[in-house]
Amino acid sequence: MSAVLDIKKLEVAYGGIKAIKGIDFHVNDGELVTLIGANGAGKSSTLRALSGLITPVGGKVTYKGQDITGVPSHALVGLGIALCPEGRGVFARLNVHENLLMGAFARKDKAQILAEVDEIYTMIPRLKERTKQMAGTLSGGEQQMLAIGRAMLAQPKLLMLDEPSMGLAPMMVEKIFEIIRLIAKRGTTILLIEQNAQLALEHANRGYVLESGEITLQGDAKVLLADPRVKAAYLGG
Amino acid sequence: MSIDVLLQQIVNGLVVGSVYALVALGYTMVYGILQLINFAHGEIVMIGALSALFVTNALIAVGVPPALALVVAILAAMIICAIVGVSIERIAYRPLRNAPRLAPLITAIGVSIFLQQVAILVFGRNYFTFPEIISKAPIQIGAITVTMNEIVILITSVALMTGLLWLVNNTKIGTAMRATAENQKVAGLMGIDINKIIAITFAIGSGLGAVAGVMVASNYGQAHYYMGFMLGLKAFTAAVMGGIGNLWGAMVGGLILGLVENVGLIFVRGDYKDIFAFVVLVAVLIFRPQGLIGEKVAERA
Repeated sequence: MSAVLDIKKLEVAYGGIKAIKGIDFHVNDGELVTLIGANGAGKSSTLRALSGLITPVGGKVTYKGQDITGVPSHALVGLGIALCPEGRGVFARLNVHENLLMGAFARKDKAQILAEVDEIYTMIPRLKERTKQMAGTLSGGEQQMLAIGRAMLAQPKLLMLDEPSMGLAPMMVEKIFEIIRLIAKRGTTILLIEQNAQLALEHANRGYVLESGEITLQGDAKVLLADPRVKAAYLGG
Repeated sequence: MSIDVLLQQIVNGLVVGSVYALVALGYTMVYGILQLINFAHGEIVMIGALSALFVTNALIAVGVPPALALVVAILAAMIICAIVGVSIERIAYRPLRNAPRLAPLITAIGVSIFLQQVAILVFGRNYFTFPEIISKAPIQIGAITVTMNEIVILITSVALMTGLLWLVNNTKIGTAMRATAENQKVAGLMGIDINKIIAITFAIGSGLGAVAGVMVASNYGQAHYYMGFMLGLKAFTAAVMGGIGNLWGAMVGGLILGLVENVGLIFVRGDYKDIFAFVVLVAVLIFRPQGLIGEKVAERA
């Protein structure tokens, strides 16, 4: 297996304070890899650096052999990388259908786009019932589904999800993870950033544990799930 | 006051108001996307009027039929204004995009003065006569008098506004403009080049401003380097009245302002006309600061 995404010695700083202290990790083709950690461990900073929202102060990000360190976010979409941002970030004053179409902004194949929008509607029927509704009027869970559907319309080879379960009711979290599993099954490589370590590790192939800007544990997701240190710190016992 | 006078002033108000509306759209579009009051927009309108005037005269001088000359001149003015508008954004506003909001606001006032001075250098300080190409002979419709020039102004404004609404609501680029106005970061994640969208917004707003400038110049028969100041302030008032950032608001605000001004003329002498715009501005800011159809000012992510 080849690494689709390879991160070497990544460093992120805000002002003089280092949030990420030189971490290494990689995501192989077709894998679902999760980066777990407590609040403030640096998960979102890592993702922001990967997606061009902030420029890392050190290290190198390689995507399919190409150096993408500091490439602006709008240019990443064309390379096949989509980010589903923390807090969902749906366009509240655009309707559901328009939100989905914005996910396909960089593409020109209109007929294929509409076919894929229909696929999303089949996969997430809740959205189909609300195509003309403003996204701001959806529930949090529906917005998260919309954000994931929108990211899929960029036809990403690599999908990065930032805390998709945040602020959602447990039942809705289950539904979101069901959708993530479906996407992974279709062969999309996924990097999942999550606070809900239990669910993330249950679904992932491999995992990394981030603590105060450093990776402290890594390995097979099932092994991590059983690791007493992970259990103690993140799984409540 | 007779009903005939009132009807006449309503018609006059609609004509003037439709021009205010076109200019107000330029303010509101830029505000919607950058939360910036582009105080130089009035000067864009002035540049549109003056460049159209000079192109028209030059073309007529070499024997081009006046109607064709006017059409070419308007297109030329739109292109010139679009270029000026996009350049202002690129040079003056973009470097300040993450600066405190006062900085770009003061810059906008600076750009406004700068453009007036450039206009003096390029065109001169004179009041120029705008040639009467579309007839301004009075046409009697019942008790109301209009001119062909006014009819053309009204129809053109309505057509342009309809076109803009269609573009913003039904096209991919329009949807991207709305998306960018709402959340630039996420729009970037979608692959939208927000700098391009912002440039397009300035180009469209400036192009509309250019047409409005030609309308004003042809309606009053003259153009000068200072004409953008009062017009810009009034259109800004119209945009605030409607709810700044909202396209419908700018259009409704423009029409209402035109009506208030012209109906008000029944009661006061002509030289006091300009008072109404600012009375309206103060009243709106006190009683309904979000504007007539404005949403609550959106919090920025």
